[in-house]
Amino acid sequence: MIPSDSQTSQARPGALVAGAPASDSKVSTSSTSAALPSSSLASQARPGARAAVGPAAVGPSSDSKVSTSSISAALPFGATGDGSASATRITPGNALRPEDIALAARTGAAKPGNDVAEYALRLGDDALVLAQRLGHWISRGPELEEDVALGNIALDQLGHARSFLTYAGSAWGKTEDDLAYFRREPEFRSAHLFEQPNGDFAATIARQFIASHYQYELYRRLAQSADATLAAIAAKAVKEVDYHRDHSSQWVLRLAGGTEESRRRMSAALDLVWPYVGELFDDDALTARLDGTAVAPSSLRADFDDLTGAVLAEAELAVPDVPRAPGGGRAGRHSEHLGYLLAEMQVLAREHPGAGW
Amino acid sequence: MAQDLQSAGPDEAGQAYFDRIMAEDSRIEPRDWMPEAYRRTLVRQISQHAHSEIIGMQPEANWITRAPSLKRKAILMAKVQDEAGHGLYLYSAAETLGTSRDEMMDALIAGKARYSSIFNYPAVTWADMGAIGWLVDGAAICNQVPLCRASYGPYGRAMVRVCKEESFHQRQGFEILLELAHGTEAQKEMAQDAVNRWYAPALMMFGPPDDDSPNSKQSMAWNIKRFSNDELRSRFVGMMAEQVKVLGLSLPDPEVRFNEDTGKWEHGPLDWEEFKEVLAGRGPCNAQRLERRREAHENGAWVREAAAAYAAKQAAKRASTAADDLDVRKVA
Amino acid sequence: MVEKSMTPGRDTAAAGGTTAPAAPVPESAPEHTSGLPPQRHGWPLWEVFVRSSRGLSHVHAGSLHAPDAEMALRNARDLYTRRNEGVSIWVVPAEAIAASDPDSKGSFFESPQGKDYRHATYYTKSEGVKHL
Repeated sequence: MIPSDSQTSQARPGALVAGAPASDSKVSTSSTSAALPSSSLASQARPGARAAVGPAAVGPSSDSKVSTSSISAALPFGATGDGSASATRITPGNALRPEDIALAARTGAAKPGNDVAEYALRLGDDALVLAQRLGHWISRGPELEEDVALGNIALDQLGHARSFLTYAGSAWGKTEDDLAYFRREPEFRSAHLFEQPNGDFAATIARQFIASHYQYELYRRLAQSADATLAAIAAKAVKEVDYHRDHSSQWVLRLAGGTEESRRRMSAALDLVWPYVGELFDDDALTARLDGTAVAPSSLRADFDDLTGAVLAEAELAVPDVPRAPGGGRAGRHSEHLGYLLAEMQVLAREHPGAGW
Repeated sequence: MAQDLQSAGPDEAGQAYFDRIMAEDSRIEPRDWMPEAYRRTLVRQISQHAHSEIIGMQPEANWITRAPSLKRKAILMAKVQDEAGHGLYLYSAAETLGTSRDEMMDALIAGKARYSSIFNYPAVTWADMGAIGWLVDGAAICNQVPLCRASYGPYGRAMVRVCKEESFHQRQGFEILLELAHGTEAQKEMAQDAVNRWYAPALMMFGPPDDDSPNSKQSMAWNIKRFSNDELRSRFVGMMAEQVKVLGLSLPDPEVRFNEDTGKWEHGPLDWEEFKEVLAGRGPCNAQRLERRREAHENGAWVREAAAAYAAKQAAKRASTAADDLDVRKVA
Repeated sequence: MVEKSMTPGRDTAAAGGTTAPAAPVPESAPEHTSGLPPQRHGWPLWEVFVRSSRGLSHVHAGSLHAPDAEMALRNARDLYTRRNEGVSIWVVPAEAIAASDPDSKGSFFESPQGKDYRHATYYTKSEGVKHL
């Protein structure tokens, strides 16, 4: 068979472990950078460092090098003056990845109970559905720069989804792909907000604005969870989501304060998605049982209202005064949109059950 | 250094300087004097290259939402996103020659600009993601690596960045095919079918045969192009012939062989009539690709306007605040 | 001569001929709020400089378009540091860069030629003396 995840992840230091030596994440790229100790950069690129825990260490690894192809090795560098200064030196960084979690699960180092898995499933599904939505924007953005920006956000969300789903699946002997591709619609746990269609750019920004503020407050607290893996995933995710918050806020300000048309669209978009805010903050039996491990959704509401309210005030927009929709996503009752999203996402995988990719 | 040039007219002096740069195999930078034809050639080539990256996003973006595993979805997203970035780097390089991105984008949408014809073929199965990465990006990399040394500085620098980032593009394509070729019978068939469809168009990416490539000679004299179309194509065929064995698939060309006498790889005849047809706009997806780009661009117009208007308002606000501060100080 | 040679201009990206207005000046308001073709947005061009790690200089990485400095920084982050290329970014409106005149290469950069005594290697008699 073909070397896949399993081997790559074994060849990498367990990023779950706080303070794992970063110096072996060396990347062979340009000759100009060879003289530099890579640890300085790599340790800055380790947002997981403060995160707790985790027994996933597989021992030091000497071959976590990223071998760029022979082609790039032959590229002419150093033509740009100042010896070691470079704007193209690339590294993969060293942070928690889904592969690390899968490995920890396989070795039995991190195994969630059923409730924790159910909870991880919710967070994973939110992120997965959102990534699927955002992925559609790539090649359709209002400007090329925004294609790249939305692509980054989609990739962050997909990364979070993979981590949460991998962790959830480990409770039931399932992989991230088993969960993403082979569950039926009522088995998904995403909230309706994330399922809302992309609409125009304003609608996507409105959805992002809510999603990122909600996720930020959530992950910020989840980073203190009693469950080490959830805490580690959240500690990585919160920094990325913080940027998503900034991205959507910047656009809310610009669209609201731009032209008459953009203000009208921004305002309409907020009205359209605001009914789905309520569901995000509903507590239920599961979150109550997981006190100390999960974050009680209702506890996020005040900060969410404050922070979104401040941005909307600066944009001279009112908080939409619209009735909330009942939701039901956490119980498997979904919006009309999810079925289509899943049909598209799952079609190929289901055509070849059991196949590897 | 330049004493001998001072008495000559500006163009003659410029030409002499330019010629010397070419002879020394040094680099021309944006504000240097350059022959008009050199500038035109560069704008044409760099913008075509940029357009190819942007249009080239579409066949792959077509599969992002259907990628069969989450890992593949992430890889594909990152790759298509890279292509947007590469388009951006290249448009920036072309902008240094005095043509704005708006102008280039207008020309593309109006159907007046060319892009690599290969992106007018449809990506109909998941295996096409593999074949595009392995064959199309493979061919692109062969073309692009020498461009890192192109005589025009900004183009060369953009290509250095592009080539570095692309190093994963071909590998991920190869690995998709490798997985499929070792998978189920249906997957293996899918892989072979994709290789069959993309092989010839990929070979044609190197451009027409040398004896039918009127611009090549001049581009080589200007150190923009470093190797001839046929030479690069032959090298590429050689690499593919070896790599396809690792895949356990075959190239749809029984005539591929290494010629001991010339030391070059040879391949069977290519259908240049089809190439010209697709280039002339009569390919399977030409209209669709342009329409999709036009749609994205027009749907984004109100967003671009809004951001520009907001920036202007903010700047005006800052300017008036500064003026007020000044008044206050005067009064004080 | 010197004055002429110090004309502001783009050395790094678009030289003359672009229609992009300067960045943070009120006049840069898009001249098109309604009538003109919708694709004219006039997002100005920015030059991006990236510091790859602490202790090193910012180095020119490339250019991009953005409506204002805040967005230029964010776009630069998304575009030029996707692979951990940097720990700090500068963005500068392309139009704000003043560049030396390439036509005056000869005179502008002639003076340092031949002044060997500015370099340690000029002083050969002291060669071999320790710690000097």
